[in-house]
Amino acid sequence: MKSASARSSSRTGGIRRGEVISGWLFTAPMLLIVGLFLVVPIGMALWVSVSDYSGRGSPFSGEFHFVGLTHYAEITSGGGLTERNFGIALRNSLWYTLLVVPTQTAISLMLAVLLNRQRLRGRGFFRTAFYFPSVTSSVAITVLWLFLFNATGAINAMLGWLHINGPNWFNNPQGLLHATLSGLGVNRAPNALARHTILGVSWWDWLAGPSWAMTALMLMAIFTTSGTFMLLFIAALQNLSPEVDEAAIVDGANGWQRFWQVTLPQVRPTIFTVVTLGVIGCWQVFDQVFTGTQGQPANTTLTPAYLAYNTAFGPNAQWGTAAAIGFVLFVIIILFNLGQRAMLTDRSDRAPRPHRVKVGTKGAAS
Amino acid sequence: MHTHLRGAMAVGAGAVAVALSLTGCSSGNTPASTSTSTSGAPTSSSTTSSAPSNGLSSSSSALTILFGSSGDAETKAMQDAATAWSATSGTQVTVTTAANMDQEMAQGFAGGKPADVFYLGTGVLAGYADAGNLLAYGDLMPNKADFYPSLVANFTYKGKFYCAPKDFSTLGLIINTDMWAAAGLTDADYPTTWEQLHAVAKRLTTGGVTGIIPGGQYERLGAFMVQNGSNLMSPDGTKVTAADQSNIDALAFVKTMLADGSMKFAADVSAGWGGEAFGTGKAAMTIEGNWITGAMNGDYKNIKWKAVPLPTGPSGKKGTLQFTNCWGIAAASPNQQAALKLVEFMTTKDQQMKFSQAFGVLPSIQSAAADYKAAYPNLSIFMDAVQYAQGVPTLKGSSDVLKELNNNLGQLATSDPATILNAAQTQLQALMK
Repeated sequence: MKSASARSSSRTGGIRRGEVISGWLFTAPMLLIVGLFLVVPIGMALWVSVSDYSGRGSPFSGEFHFVGLTHYAEITSGGGLTERNFGIALRNSLWYTLLVVPTQTAISLMLAVLLNRQRLRGRGFFRTAFYFPSVTSSVAITVLWLFLFNATGAINAMLGWLHINGPNWFNNPQGLLHATLSGLGVNRAPNALARHTILGVSWWDWLAGPSWAMTALMLMAIFTTSGTFMLLFIAALQNLSPEVDEAAIVDGANGWQRFWQVTLPQVRPTIFTVVTLGVIGCWQVFDQVFTGTQGQPANTTLTPAYLAYNTAFGPNAQWGTAAAIGFVLFVIIILFNLGQRAMLTDRSDRAPRPHRVKVGTKGAAS
Repeated sequence: MHTHLRGAMAVGAGAVAVALSLTGCSSGNTPASTSTSTSGAPTSSSTTSSAPSNGLSSSSSALTILFGSSGDAETKAMQDAATAWSATSGTQVTVTTAANMDQEMAQGFAGGKPADVFYLGTGVLAGYADAGNLLAYGDLMPNKADFYPSLVANFTYKGKFYCAPKDFSTLGLIINTDMWAAAGLTDADYPTTWEQLHAVAKRLTTGGVTGIIPGGQYERLGAFMVQNGSNLMSPDGTKVTAADQSNIDALAFVKTMLADGSMKFAADVSAGWGGEAFGTGKAAMTIEGNWITGAMNGDYKNIKWKAVPLPTGPSGKKGTLQFTNCWGIAAASPNQQAALKLVEFMTTKDQQMKFSQAFGVLPSIQSAAADYKAAYPNLSIFMDAVQYAQGVPTLKGSSDVLKELNNNLGQLATSDPATILNAAQTQLQALMK
């Protein structure tokens, strides 16, 4: 930091020295804040993840030693309970992400398109209504959810009107895919799937799908986040120039075609934003689990974030393992976002459509 | 150039200073806290040192008590006790209830300023002790011999008696006497064997009522294992016995009751625990400890109930589980002398009887047994059970195993008892190394 600025100041000469100083002065508060709340804690956590820190006093006190990648090995190999719990947490979050992100993106886009119509009456009311869950505390909504999805709660009562015997949502650990398969008469894992394991969890269990409890949490996530993302989409849609749409009408495109061929490509940058935020949010699920289920039933709502918390602050205080989980989670999120970026940008590069791209970039500024 | 460099250095130095103070704020075992220590030894070494005058730190610091409270009654009783002791000792005591005990303790230890005195469960003892967070003061207690030996064993780790048992609880069979009478049952029908338990549970199962609803966890169902002559670990904690045939048979018995609907687990009826299922009239019986009195007297006043001993297994053995907490004292406490005095006061007969009256726990000292039974004849079965009760595993990391076991036990109705117990066997054995 010092050397870089020193070089630049010598290059630019005396006359701009004042500017450099004020530049540093202006950025200093932010640098301090970033250093204090980001760099230092991350550095500490990194050290904890490779040391035998016991949770007593400061990790830098000198009592604690470097243990290499022991904690990382604990969660990824060894066949212990730690590895298995981590595997289960990853499985849960993987299903959660795969199902929640596409659904919430689609729903929020749909709501945005519906509410963007000029002639819709009471648009303001609907926008507020759809956005409302997003501004409500997630703790409050979780509690509400526990009541709604109670075995004898409102949801099951409504299912009862349809003569559907609702599941005991927050107490049934059976995965949806397993439930479907057992409905088709497959109750046991095929040998090949039961024998092989990844992270202590058998292939069969990886394929279990989200449990009923997790499904309820997923519905909640979709319910609460769609409003926020709808707002992003509305902003993007309002930035689109109506001429393009009119041109498409003149060309004889119907509403369905206009949505897929004209509107959707133009809001691609926003889709990218929404999916990125969605993926990050999905891997970081914590408060619903903390306040609602504590990972129950049978660990099917255990998420990596909650597992990390519980590993450090639980009775066994395994700080190193918890920090390792945190860093692995970080890598997973990065990988997911890289993959999704590759998927979303690749296509638009391959098929550039000049007039749309031009308008699109204008919209992208939002 | 100079000005600039100085500016940059100032920023850098500021950042370093902040960073240092950030990490420094959690290295509390250095200055002020030991400034008035008479022994002169740093408090952190007092767990191992055998310095003269028992090596405890001593200062004029006020004490703090941190505990997870079961409710207002316990909180008030604790505050009253602390006030009473403060008045005689002159040392001030702050009583704090923890919303999340594990987390608040972890934060205290990491910050170097944990509560001086705190509730300590059997499940966390090994972890805290290994990290050096605890003062092993058990042998300094003047009434050491008065504690029940099984409780002392629970708080002895690697040969050291760490902390004074606070109180304990055992499990009993809780019966709704109105439903009992309505089913045509009398006092003579209290079940003393598994078969009888099964028979009365079936008889009590009607429309909306299930015969017996315990929590679907080891902490309740484990009683059946003890009744069958085993448990997850041998009583001295040296051997893992989870996969014993007796344990498998015990769970198989529970499974038969689940199969015919005479038993359900609390979670199956959307109850948080057995007491809730019982108190809301969904169950005619449940398996809970003496703490249920609090809920019954508070939330479910209209239910008439009675506690009887749990039945014996095929082996003819009586069996139940016991749970206990102790008074932990922090190794980092600047005033361990006073903390020890406070714990001595808290474990006296008078004070323990006051706690019993306030929130229904059983005194941890044998000399209080007669007084307790005289004062609470209807709860004496819980006190009598101490003769044959067994504790839960206290190995470091066993709480995770129990959590996993409980996950599986919740699904007992549709799974194989042997598979569940074999998994627990493997996991517990991994902790023995």
